[in-house]
This record gives sequence, C-alpha cells and structure tokens, in this order.
Amino acid sequence: MGAEFVQLSLTPLAIGVLAAIACALPGNFMILRRQALIGDAISHVALPGIVVAFLITGTIATWPMMIGAAGAAVVAVVLIEAIRRLGRVEPGAAMGVTFTSLFAAGVLLLEQSDTSSVHLDVEHALYGNLESLIWLSAEGWGSLLDREALADLPPELGRMAAVTLLIAVLTALFWRPLKLSTFDEGFAATLGIRTGLLSLALVMTAAVAAVAAFDAVGSIIVIAMFICPPAAARLMTNRLEVQVAWSLVFATLSAVLGYVLAGYGPLWLGGNDAVSAAGMIATVSGVILGLACLFAPHRSRIGAPREAEG
Amino acid sequence: MHAALAADHPLVVQGMTVSYGERPAVFSVDAAVPSGSMAAIIGPNGAGKSTLLKAALGIVPPLSGTVTVFGRPLAEARSRIAYVPQRASVDWDFPARVIDVVLMGLYRELGLLRVVRRHHREKALACLERVGMADFAARQIGQLSGGQQQRVFLARALAQNADLYLLDEPFAGVDAATEKAIIDVLKSLKAERRTVVCVHHDLATVVDYFDHVLLINVRKIAEGPVATTFTAETLQATYGGRLATTHIDQLKLPTA
Repeated sequence: MGAEFVQLSLTPLAIGVLAAIACALPGNFMILRRQALIGDAISHVALPGIVVAFLITGTIATWPMMIGAAGAAVVAVVLIEAIRRLGRVEPGAAMGVTFTSLFAAGVLLLEQSDTSSVHLDVEHALYGNLESLIWLSAEGWGSLLDREALADLPPELGRMAAVTLLIAVLTALFWRPLKLSTFDEGFAATLGIRTGLLSLALVMTAAVAAVAAFDAVGSIIVIAMFICPPAAARLMTNRLEVQVAWSLVFATLSAVLGYVLAGYGPLWLGGNDAVSAAGMIATVSGVILGLACLFAPHRSRIGAPREAEG
Repeated sequence: MHAALAADHPLVVQGMTVSYGERPAVFSVDAAVPSGSMAAIIGPNGAGKSTLLKAALGIVPPLSGTVTVFGRPLAEARSRIAYVPQRASVDWDFPARVIDVVLMGLYRELGLLRVVRRHHREKALACLERVGMADFAARQIGQLSGGQQQRVFLARALAQNADLYLLDEPFAGVDAATEKAIIDVLKSLKAERRTVVCVHHDLATVVDYFDHVLLINVRKIAEGPVATTFTAETLQATYGGRLATTHIDQLKLPTA
C-alpha cells in the first residue's frame, strides 16, 4: 500500500466511490417513487448526446460532451413524459421505449460518423475508463500534500467530487419536502410544496449525477448504483433516514470491493489480466442486493394491500 | 358571492370545473361551507366528489373556478387547512414509522431545516393519543390495519392544528370501532368551532354524522342543511333515479 497504490489505485477508487454515492443518493427517492428506470434511461441516452456533441464540435473535450449528455437527458425526460401522457402507457414502458431507441440511435450515429480517429466507442460508453484515471505524478502518500502533484490529479476526480457534494447538499436541504412528497404527493401539495417542480428537480439531479458519473465510469455503474444500493438498503430498515445511510454504505462497499476484485480477483484465480472495474463494481452491487434479499431483516413487503381487513 | 359572505365561510368554491380528459369530472360547481359545520359531499361513484375536494385544495388544477378560504385566496390560507387523503392513495410500504407520518403534519412549523425537538414529538404523540394510536408510535406504517392507517392519517391532520378539515372518504373500508373513533374526533373538532368537510359514500350515516350536505353528480344537485336538503327528491336527482325506494325508506330521512 505505498507509492504504487497512490499512483495507480487511489484516484480510480475515489472516483468510483464518489460516482457510486452520487447515483445512490437520488436513487433512494427514485426507487420509492417507482421511477428507478429513469436513471437507466438517462445513462443510456447520454451516448447519443455525446455523439451529437462530437459531431457538432468535432472534439471530445469534456464540456461539450457533458452538455451534449445533459441535453440528451432533458430530451429523454420530456419524451418519456410525452409518451406516457399521449400514449396513456405506464411509466416503465415509456422509459423502456425511450432509452432503448435513443441508445440504438446513438450506436447507429456512432457507426455512421467518422469517430474512428478519436476515443469514442460503445464500449467506452458502457464501461467507462476507470482504470485509466491514474495519478501519474504521485510518488506516495506524501503527494497528497504536494501542490504540484495535486495539480496533476485527473480532472474527473474534481468534477465528480463537486457533483457528489452538490447532490449531498441538495438532498440534505430538501430532505423534508422530498420525503413528504415521495410518500404522499397530494398532502405535500396542500402544504404548499411545489411537488411537480420538486419531482422534475429530482430527475434533473439524477441526470447530473448520471452524466458526471458516465463521463468517468460509464453507464453500467450508473444504472447499477441508482438501483442496487438503495434497493438493498430498503431491505435493511423501515426508516428512510437509515435506508439512505445504508445505501451509502453499500455504494461505497460496492465501489471498493468491486475495484479490488477486478484488479486482483483474476490473479487470485490464476488468471493473468484484470477484468473491467466498472463491470465488477456493478456485479458486486448486484450480489449485495441478492444477499440483502436473502438475509436482510425487512425483506417482505409488509405494506402490500391486504384484503378483508378493517 | 358577496365578499362578506365569503369572509365568514371557511370554504367557498365558485364555478369549479375540472377535467381529466374530454369529459369534465366536475362541472361548474358552486359551494359554500358554513362556519363550524360538519359537511358531507355526497354523490355516486365517479360523480367527482374527490376531484372537487382535490381541486379545492389545489392538488389537481381546475379548468376554471375560484377557491376562497376564510375570505382569502387558497395560497394565503394554506396554514388553516388540514387534509386527510384517501388511505389507498399512498404506498404504505414506505420506510416510515407511525410517528414519522404524524410529524409530517408539523411541516409548516418545522420548515426545511428546523430540528425536531421534544415538544414536537410530544405534540405528535398527543395527536396519536386522540385517535387511540399512541401505543403504535414506533410501528412501521405497513404493519397497520386499514383502520389504523386511517387513524394515523387523521392524527397527522390533527397535528396541523387547522381551522378547516377536509377528509376524503375517511370511513371507507374501516371497522366499526375505527369509524366510531374517527367520528368522535370529528365531533370534538366541531365542538372546538372548527369546520369539517368529508367526502362520504354511506347514505345511511349522513343524518347521524353531518349537519350540512353538498349533493353532486358532476354538477351540483343541491346544497344546504341536512334537515332540508337531504331528501328523497334530491337523492333521486343525484343518483339518477337508480336508488331503490326501499333503500331511501331506510335512510330515516327528515320529512321535507
């Protein structure tokens, strides 16, 4: 755990943990609102957004990519609402139609356009490039105090940290109205809470988390982190406050364990190469959810409607 | 409606029209609930009773119409209103305890960031005590029976300490003990000079429970004191002649 760890593993680990937390926080509310698939939708439509941004600007600089992905997320949210209202179908179906077709459009667009010269491909969109976000100028733990070395940190780290902080502050600030309107939207409205605006703000916050995380770690992690840690956390407790705390624990655990297992797991098993960290992090979060389903203390749906009872 | 009349009526609705699609659910309804009354909104299924209540509260946007609460626009009088939604309108699997739900009634007091202190908890517990649910404060809400859930919703409304209580089908699917407990609380509210409005479906209890009725079937059919308004004629008009005469005979209707 010396210089090599700081140089090669510290920043990807930190970015992985931050991305996991940024997605898990809004994920708690989206699962309770039966909107969990929105995270899925947003992270998929980031691909066409990024391709369009590339086609317009001709570069793969960060900001055009982020703006493209965010723009696509807005388009997707509007499309989902439009399909749901005009087609009178359930939200899940509207999301499914929207994100699969937009993602497919992104793949087609990518194939047809001349992106061979730049690092832009479907694989990158799915898995990200967590392992490449290393801190080359670090020479050990001491570099954390070295201003010159700190300036060389991957920019993804700063961005992800800022986004995670923003989401944490927003969640804390709007905790009460969020909780109230998630449980009982009508009652919340009678208190003067702008429930429609709050609902849109939640989706937008999730979009910001998804786009920022997508840039660093790809859409697989985003999808997994929106759903798995909050869903597993729901099975651990019957209080929202405790659920959110558990979801952060599970998100962090998934990121750390997944990263370590991806790097060393294959070696322990006698293989030669490491596997995708993003894929392994998502897998670990799925395993945690599976274990929670089997062993967590509150795993039955006690609130399901019961007939013939007064 | 004269301004003076609006000022001493807790709830005045004028020209309320609400539509979810092509057909209006509520069409041009006027209503004025007198101060200190126990009012029932009566009508057949799909007559727009709940929709009228939700539109009066600003939960669903009306196509047209105005709502005046104690002589002021709705937005300025929200702190004087408490609302009990239909029990089935929320997911009771939500991760919260009974006390957490009652504390939601103190939202206007607590705001975004104020810490829940002991006197808030004591207030919430006192409201649970009033509906006979104090022993269940730490229960997960999904573990309650339907009647207990309805009482928790009523306790949350009590915590709002309002002057006007609007309840959507408070007696739907509850046992006799809960119905008794709820009506006792509502009568105590009336005794404190507060005003209570219920969407109600059980014609047999109207005369016992309420003193003011609003009969609607998309449009307003009749409104006034139970003694003079809740008659065989208005009921037949409200239900489109679908009530059997024997049914009406059983209602102990006041002779008009």
